[in-house]
This record gives sequence, structure tokens and C-alpha cells, in this order.
Amino acid sequence: MENIHNFQILWFILIFVLLLGYALLDGFDLGVAALLPFLGIKKEEKDTLIASIGPVWDGNEVWLITGGGALFAAFPHAYATAFSGFYLAMMLVLFALIFRAVSMEFRANDPVRASLWEKALAGGSALAALLFGVALGNVIYGVPLTGKMEYGGSFFTLLRPVPLLFGITGLAAILLQGASWAVMKTEGELQERSFKATRILMWINAIVAVLYFAVLIVTFPRLSGNILFYVAVVFTFAGLIGLLFSLGKKNDAALFWESSFSFIGLFLAAGAAQFPNLITASNGPNLSLTIYNSSTGLYTLQIMAVIALIGMPIVIGYTIFVYRLFKGKAKADDHY
Amino acid sequence: MDALLLARIQFAFTIGFHFLFPAMTLGTALIILISETLHLVKKDDIYRKITDFLARLLGLIFVVGAATGIVMEFSFGTNWSEYSRAVGDIFGPILAAEGIIAFFLESVFIGVLIFGRKKVSPGVYWVAALLVFVGGHLSAFWIIVANSWMQTPAGYEISAAGKVILTDFSAAVFNPSTVNRFLHTVLATWITSAVMVCGIAGYYVRKGLHGETARTMLKIGIILFAITPLLQLGAAHSHAIQVINTQPVKAAAMEGLFNTTRGADIYVMGYVDEAKEKTYGIYIPKGLSFLYNFDFNSEIKGLNDVPKENWPPVNLVFQSYHIMVGLGMIFIVLGLLGAWLLWTGKLYTAKWYLFWLPFLIPLPHLAHETGWITAEVGRQPWIIYGLMKTANAASVVVSAGEIVFSLVMFSLIYLLLFVMFVLLFVKIVKQGPAAS
Repeated sequence: MENIHNFQILWFILIFVLLLGYALLDGFDLGVAALLPFLGIKKEEKDTLIASIGPVWDGNEVWLITGGGALFAAFPHAYATAFSGFYLAMMLVLFALIFRAVSMEFRANDPVRASLWEKALAGGSALAALLFGVALGNVIYGVPLTGKMEYGGSFFTLLRPVPLLFGITGLAAILLQGASWAVMKTEGELQERSFKATRILMWINAIVAVLYFAVLIVTFPRLSGNILFYVAVVFTFAGLIGLLFSLGKKNDAALFWESSFSFIGLFLAAGAAQFPNLITASNGPNLSLTIYNSSTGLYTLQIMAVIALIGMPIVIGYTIFVYRLFKGKAKADDHY
Repeated sequence: MDALLLARIQFAFTIGFHFLFPAMTLGTALIILISETLHLVKKDDIYRKITDFLARLLGLIFVVGAATGIVMEFSFGTNWSEYSRAVGDIFGPILAAEGIIAFFLESVFIGVLIFGRKKVSPGVYWVAALLVFVGGHLSAFWIIVANSWMQTPAGYEISAAGKVILTDFSAAVFNPSTVNRFLHTVLATWITSAVMVCGIAGYYVRKGLHGETARTMLKIGIILFAITPLLQLGAAHSHAIQVINTQPVKAAAMEGLFNTTRGADIYVMGYVDEAKEKTYGIYIPKGLSFLYNFDFNSEIKGLNDVPKENWPPVNLVFQSYHIMVGLGMIFIVLGLLGAWLLWTGKLYTAKWYLFWLPFLIPLPHLAHETGWITAEVGRQPWIIYGLMKTANAASVVVSAGEIVFSLVMFSLIYLLLFVMFVLLFVKIVKQGPAAS
């Protein structure tokens, strides 16, 4: 069974990469959308901000869809337990994602109710960003599980302080992604405002990250022996310090990469804390869903590995191609 | 109501609503590809206007489809977790493959199609149109694979623990119904968009709006409207034979056939009395047997071959199937009529014909929805035909109250989406190609 363990580990890494890709990419468009009421004051500023994410958000959301599909394919028990167990929370995620998706298109075609659709866009994006972190926080911190791999808690079990801290950490990181993307894609007053938002969010992220790493090391003492945890801390704070310098030099292109770097650190720490668990049981470690007791068969894992390892580089290749088509500053009249 | 029934209602409602949009996406992507190819070849600005106009509509259609599609992917975990646990080995990889191979392609390049006209060269724009078309159809392929595997499972073994284990990926992908169902579904989407474009362009031409652009759009639409229902007749026939062969119970329900019969009748319309096990209506004697293999006396299996507990709701399957078939026949007649008018040069002045075109727009939707009801209700009580019952597939930890909440929310949100979609669709149509 040595062989299947290798593939189970590979799939843990691949799903980690898919979720990280989702967090970084959809992160910036959720972030821009959530910051819309704060960054965009005039109508054309809002148009510019939405134009900066309009051509790419669709593709970004597919990282989540593929991540979900990959979780289903590699670890169906984890997919089944989390999605059914966190039922109401998942429904809220869906409602939030529906509103953020349609409200951009509705706003463009329905100027009379533009402010309503802007609220739906910002609210849906912020709620989704928060809930993703809360969900990840719960599966890492642990939830009550039954002997039949079913969730044993309630909706309110999900709202404990540690998972909520994860949620706030994720939201702060996503807002920073959004603000730094806005700096890169805009000019003039709007860019000045985005610089300011990036500065504030950098400090918020610094405070939240300290709390986050502290809670992780206290909750999972074994992390103190894990080199990845230290790498993660270095990534996050190197990113944040880089942000501080780039903000001082008004370097509009570097901020987004530094923000992403800092986000990768947060993710890496979560991955290091979680491995090899998928859903940690808070009521006894032998009840946890791990990559070893939740996976599909070797043949499925192998087939999927072939598809993913050939397919994802192609996806990344044409995604970069399309991003390059739309590089440069966004303009308010980019739509149609 | 119990949680199982609520979960089924929620799935039926959310999938039925979702399908309206991909059904328009695929055919619209086809017409955009045709128009953009003509634009590239003929260098005529009329085709650019048609493409840009349809791309605006596609933007609206696609976004509602994507927003309601993610609900479906979540729903296997949220509402059908026991199903997900049992079939993760096969169903999971198919959904993941759909994301990696297909949906990324469609979603990344649709951004270029909608926002890229001024940013990229005509050649790159054409490639984007091609890749949206290819990505959309690959996406449909994988989703049809997933559903076809539930109809005619293949390439698996059952483990000692009762789990489905994948043994042959290509056998699972190309299971006995995949190709038939893919062709049947794709043609349905092409008909849907052909009728949609005919309806819009027919309205413009009748009102004298948008001149040559509207006439060209109508011409493309009418040609597709003439061809696609005829192709569908062939694809549907082949699919029906396959259902008789691989899912005889569903086939029997479609025609309300209770006893295995040599020389089975085919109904034009009718009514099934499930209690008395009788079917009434207008029928062609021995028609079903004849269509099956061109032998009036071939044997068709009846419902009584299996225990009654394994029957689907017969009358519902019968009625939805016959509505779909009837609409298909109407499309053939109206499409050919349009082609004849085009051929004889009377199309642009045939106000009586143009008047009715916009009213046809909802009909292909009715046809594909009733087709899906036939396929999905006809599979009951199984979630995987012959292998797993729907009753054993629902999530065990999700309560009826929770589903009531989500169902009410979906109803309200989808009502809002529907109203907004129709309003904005009409608005874009009223602005027309000139605004592009």
C-alpha cells in the first residue's frame, strides 16, 4: 500500500495548490469587489475597479470549482462530510457567490439599480471571503465527528473563536489582495485611495497574522518541529515588510506580488498544521478524516493525477496569456 | 415533508433552472463562432455587429449559468453526501476533469470574447470564439458523461464494503449512453439558440430595424433552425433505441407499455392510468416495434417485467416524453417552412411567419426541460440505474428544516435572477446590434 500513500500525499498537495490558486486569484477580485464602496466614490471609479476584474473573475472562480471537484475525486468522504455537515454555511457561501457573480453583469445592464447591485457585489464578495476562512478554520481546528464519518455539531459549532480568527485572517488577506490589485490597475485619485487602503490593510494583516501564527503554534505544538511552519512565517512577514517598503516607494506593480507572498505564507502554515488530516475530529484523533481513510482507490488517484498534471500546466499557460492581454491600467469604458 | 423528498425537490428545481442557461450558452457560442468566422473571411462589418451583439447576450446568459452551476457541484456534497461517498471513485474524477479540461477553457476565454474586442487582433478574437465554443461543448460532454454513468453505469466493480470502485476509466466515460446523450443534448442546445436568434432577428426584420444586419442574422438563424431539428430526429431516434436496449423500464414508461409485447404501439398523445395499468390515447399500431428495428413484430419489454416498486412515476414520464417529441416535430415543420421561405426569397416579407418567431423562443426550453424530466424521473427509483436507490443517497445529517430554508432561499433568489435575466435580455435586444 506504499504506492497509494504516495498518491494520497500527491493529492493533498494538488488540492492545496488548487485552493491556494483560488485564494490568490479569486482573492483579488473578491477583494476589489468587497472594497468597492470604500475605493470607488465616483461612478467612473467604480466602473474602472469592476473593469479591472471583469474579464478574469470567471476563470478565477473555476479554481474553486476544480478544487471542489478534485476534493470529491480524491477524498469523497471529506467532501461529503464537510459539505453536508456545514450545510447552512455552505448555502450562505453559495448565495454569496451567486450575488457576486450576477451583480457585476446586472449592474452593467441595469444602471437604474446600480447602487443596489454594487451593494450585492460588495456584500456577497465579503461574505464569501469570510466564510471560506471560517470553513478552513473549522476543518483544521477540529469539529465533532461521529464514528460513521458524519459531522456531529451544529451551525453554531462553526462559529467558535479560533475558526472565526481564521475567517478574519482570510478576509484581511483577501482585502489586501484586492487593494494591491487596485493599486496596480488604476491611476490618479483612485490609485491614491487604493494605496491608502493597502497601507491600512497591511497593518491589519500584520496584527492578524501574529495572532494567527500564535494560535496555530499553541493549538498544534508539533508545528514547532516543522520546518514548513517557519518557512510560512518567513513568507508572510517578508511579504508584509516588502509591502511596507514598496508603499514607501509608491511602487504600484510590486504590492500585489508582496501581498500574494504573504497570503502564501498563511496558506502554507495551514497546510502544515493540517497534514495528513482533511477534517480534524475535535472529539478524538482516531475519528479524524485523513488522506489515508477518506480517499478513492489507487486507480482513480492515478488517472486524476495524469489529468491534473497535464491539464493544469496548460490551464496556467493560457490563463497567463489572457492576463497579459488585459495587462496595464483598467479604463472605465472597457466594458463592451 | 421528509428530508428526502425536499432534497429531491431542491435538486429538481435548481438543476431545472440551471439548465436553461447552458442550453442557451452552447448554441449561442456556435452562432458566434459562425458569425466571427464569416467576419474573418468576408471582412464584412455586419458579422462583427452580429458577434458583438450575441457576445453581449452571451455575457448575461453565461454569468447566470455559472452562478447557478456552482450550486450543482456543491449539491452532491451538501444534499447527496451518501451518494458522493459511494461513487467518489467515478463521479468525482468526471467532475474534476470537467473543471480542468473544459470549464477553465470556456471561462478564461469568455472574458476575451466579452471584453477583448478592442484589445486583441481579429485572429486572436476568433481563437477566443473557437475556444469558448470548444470549452463549452467539452464541459457539456463531461457533465453528460457524469449523468450517463448514472443511467448506464460501466467500468466499475462493487467492493466488499459496497463501494463503487473504478476499474476502467474509458469504459466509464464512454458508457453505453454517453455518445447518444451527448449528441441529443448538444443538438437540443443548438435548436434552442437557433430559435432564440430567429426570434430576435425575426422581430427586427418585421419591425424594419437594423436593416441588413438583422436580415443576415435571421438567415443564419433560419438555416440552423432548418438543419438542427432534422439532425435531432436522427440523434433522438438513436437515443430512443439505446434506452430501449439499456433502460427498458424507462422506455416502457415513456410509452406507457405495461406488458412485454410483440408489435408494441406508439402513442401520439395519451394518458396512463397507473392504478389500472392501462394507457389511453391516439396511437399508431405496432409503431414502437417498427421504429425499434423496422420490424412490426419485434418485442418491447413492458413495466411488468420488474417489480412495481422499481417503476418510475409512469404518467409523468409518458407526458414529458410526449411533450418533448411533439415539440421536436413542430420544430422540424417550422424550421423547414422558414428554409422554404428563405429559398423562395419571401422570408423577409413573410410577416405572418416573422410575427410568430419571437413566441417560439420558450418552446425549445420546454422541450429540453421535459426531455430531462423524462431522463431523470424515468430513471427512478434509482439514482444509479440498477445499482443504488435515490432513497439511500441523501445526506443523513441534513434536516428537513434546513432544506426548507435553502429551498425557500433558492426559490426567492432564482425568481429574482429570472426576472432580472428576462428584463435585461429584452433590454439588450431592444438596444440591438447598433449599440454594439
